[in-house]
Amino acid sequence: MRREKPQKLLDYAPIVFPAAMLIVFFVIPFATMIAVSFFQREQAGFYTPAFQFANYERFLSLFFANVLGFSLMLAIAVAICCVLLALPFTYLLARMSRKAQIVWLVALLSVLSLSEVIIGFAWSTLLSRTAGITNLLVAAGIMTEAKALLPSFGAVLTGMVYQAFPYTVLVLYPAIVRLDPTLTEAARTLGASPLKAFFTVVVPALRNTITATLIMVFIFALGSYLLPQLLGRPQHWTLSVLITDQAIYQSNMPFAAAMAVFLVLVTLGLVALTVIAGRKGEAA
Amino acid sequence: MTDILKSGVSRRAVLGAGLAGVSMLAMPSILRAQDKSLKVGVYGGYFKDSFDKNIFPEFTKATGIAVESVAEPTGEAWLVQLEQAAKAGQAPADVSMMSQVAMLKGQATELWAPLDTAKIKNASNLLDRFVNKYPDGRIAGIGAVSWYITLVTNTDVYKEAPTSWEALWDPANADKLGLLALVSNSFLLEVTAKTYFGGTNALDTDEGLEKAFAKLAEVKPNVRLWYRDEAQFEQSLKSGEIPMGQYYHDVTGLAAADGNPVRSTFPKEGGIQDSGCWALSRASEKVEEAHVFIDYMSQPSIQAILSRKVGTAPTVKREVTDLTDAEFAAVSSDIEPIIPRYDLYQTKSDWLNQKWTELIVG
Repeated sequence: MRREKPQKLLDYAPIVFPAAMLIVFFVIPFATMIAVSFFQREQAGFYTPAFQFANYERFLSLFFANVLGFSLMLAIAVAICCVLLALPFTYLLARMSRKAQIVWLVALLSVLSLSEVIIGFAWSTLLSRTAGITNLLVAAGIMTEAKALLPSFGAVLTGMVYQAFPYTVLVLYPAIVRLDPTLTEAARTLGASPLKAFFTVVVPALRNTITATLIMVFIFALGSYLLPQLLGRPQHWTLSVLITDQAIYQSNMPFAAAMAVFLVLVTLGLVALTVIAGRKGEAA
Repeated sequence: MTDILKSGVSRRAVLGAGLAGVSMLAMPSILRAQDKSLKVGVYGGYFKDSFDKNIFPEFTKATGIAVESVAEPTGEAWLVQLEQAAKAGQAPADVSMMSQVAMLKGQATELWAPLDTAKIKNASNLLDRFVNKYPDGRIAGIGAVSWYITLVTNTDVYKEAPTSWEALWDPANADKLGLLALVSNSFLLEVTAKTYFGGTNALDTDEGLEKAFAKLAEVKPNVRLWYRDEAQFEQSLKSGEIPMGQYYHDVTGLAAADGNPVRSTFPKEGGIQDSGCWALSRASEKVEEAHVFIDYMSQPSIQAILSRKVGTAPTVKREVTDLTDAEFAAVSSDIEPIIPRYDLYQTKSDWLNQKWTELIVG
C-alpha cells in the first residue's frame, strides 16, 4: 500500500474527531489554566480576572525550588528503578512460551486496574509495624523486633515503582518482542556470555525505546500526589500535593494554576533536553 | 371540538405529556412543591443521608413544606457556586449548611440574606457563638450542627488518658502523633495559643502568630502522620501504629463502641469546636419557608435527635435539651471549648498557609 499525502480538504476528515476531542478536553482546559494563573487572587473570596505575575513571583522562592527539586528527583528515581527492573524482566518474559506470557501480561494489567488509593493503603499495611512484612522477618528469626518501614522515602519510592512498573513493561514489551533474535544468536556464536550479549547487543539496540520509556515513566511519576501523602513524611510531598492543597483546600486557583504551568514547563524542558542529548549521542 | 382535534397536537406530544403526568404522580414531592417547598443544601454523603432519613420527612410532616435536599461539596466549591448563581439571580439551594470560613467569605459579598429572629422563636435557645452576624449586627446564619476535634489515644498503648493538649509536646511521644495536615482544618494554632499563651486572643497580632508557630514547631518531631484523609489516621489509631493524635470526638466514640481500643479525651484546655451554619442565599425567594425551617431545626428536641442519630453536638444550650449525661458526653463536653479563629482564615489565609506549609514540609 502506498501512503499518499492528503490532497483535498476532505482527506483530513478522519482526524477531525480526534482533533476536536483534543481541543475540547485538552487545549481549552489547558488554556484556561494558563489564563487563570495570571488572575488576581481574592483572599476573602475567589479570584478576579487580571493580568499579573504575582502568582509566579510567589512560586519563585527557595522553599518551592526545594519542593520542585525533590519532585523531579523522585520522578527520575522512579523512572530509573522501573526501567532497571522492567528491562531484564521484559526480556525474559519475551522469551517465555506464549501461554506464560499471557498469564504474566494479564497479571500486570490487573495491577493497572488498582487505584492509587488501594495501592497506597495496601503498601501502608505491608510496611506497618503492627501488620507488616517485618513481622514475617521476626517470625523467621532474622529480626528481633517488628518495626515500621513507613513513613519514609523508601516507602514512597516502593509504592510508586510498584504503580509504574506495569506501564514500563507494557511500553518495553512490543519493542523487545520485535527484537531480532539472530542478533543475540550472532553474539553468542562469537563467544559472548548471555549477560554480555544482553548488555552489549540488546541494550544498545533498544536505546531509543529505553529513553522513551524513561521519559514516559518520569512524567507519569511526576503527577503522583496520593502515594507521597500516604507513604511519606511532609518532606516527601511532591509539588502535586501542594498544588492540590492550593486548589482544593485554599481555593487559591490562580496560585495552583501558576504552579501547574511551571511544572508543565519544567517537564517539557527536561524532556526536550533528553531528546536533544539523545540525538547528539546518535550523531557522535 | 374539531378545531381542537385539528390543532396539530402530535401523537408524540400526547405521549410525552402523559409520561410527564405519570412521573409527576410518581413523585408526590414535586406536586407538593408547587405550593410550599424548600431546597436545602447539606454536605453530601453521611450528613445528607442522615438528614434525608431522620430529619426532613418529619419536618415536611410538621410544616407541610416539602424539602428537596441538595448534596453540596465540602470545601469552598459550594460557596463559589452559590455566589455565581446569586449573581445570575439563581439559588441552587435556598438554605445551605455552610462552614464558618465560608460564612465570613459570603458576608464579604453580601451573599447571605439577613435573617429575622422575630420569626425564629427557637433562636433564643441557641448558644451565642452559634449566631453568625454581619459586622453591623444583622444575622447572617444560625448554627446548624457542631462537632468536636479532641485528643485521641489508643488505650492499649496509653493506659492512662492524657489530660492536656501539652501531651502533643511531650518528648516521650516522639514519632507517635497523627495530626491534621492543614492550618485551616487542624486549628492547632488555636490549641497552641490556648495551651501556652492564655487563649486564642494571643493570635490577634502577627507577633502572636509567630510565637504560636515557633511553639508549634516543637511538636514536629513527635508527628508521624500529617493526614488529610480521615480513614488513614483512624486505621492507624485503632491498630496502635499511631497511638495518639487529634480526631473527631463522635467518630472516635463510635469506634470505641465497636470494641476498638481507642478513646477520645476532652483536654482541660477544651476540645476544638467546629460548626456549620444554616444560611439563606440572597437569590432565594423562599424567605418565609427558610425561616420556618431554621426555626424548626433550632428546636431543642430536633438538636437532641441530631445528637442521637447523626452524632453532632447541640447548638442550643444543654439545659433545654432532654439529652442524658451519657448521650451528651457522647457528642460534647461541659469544658469550655476552643473556638477556632475563623476570621484569620479569611484575612490572613495565604500568609498562614505559607507559614504552615513551610513549618511542616521544610
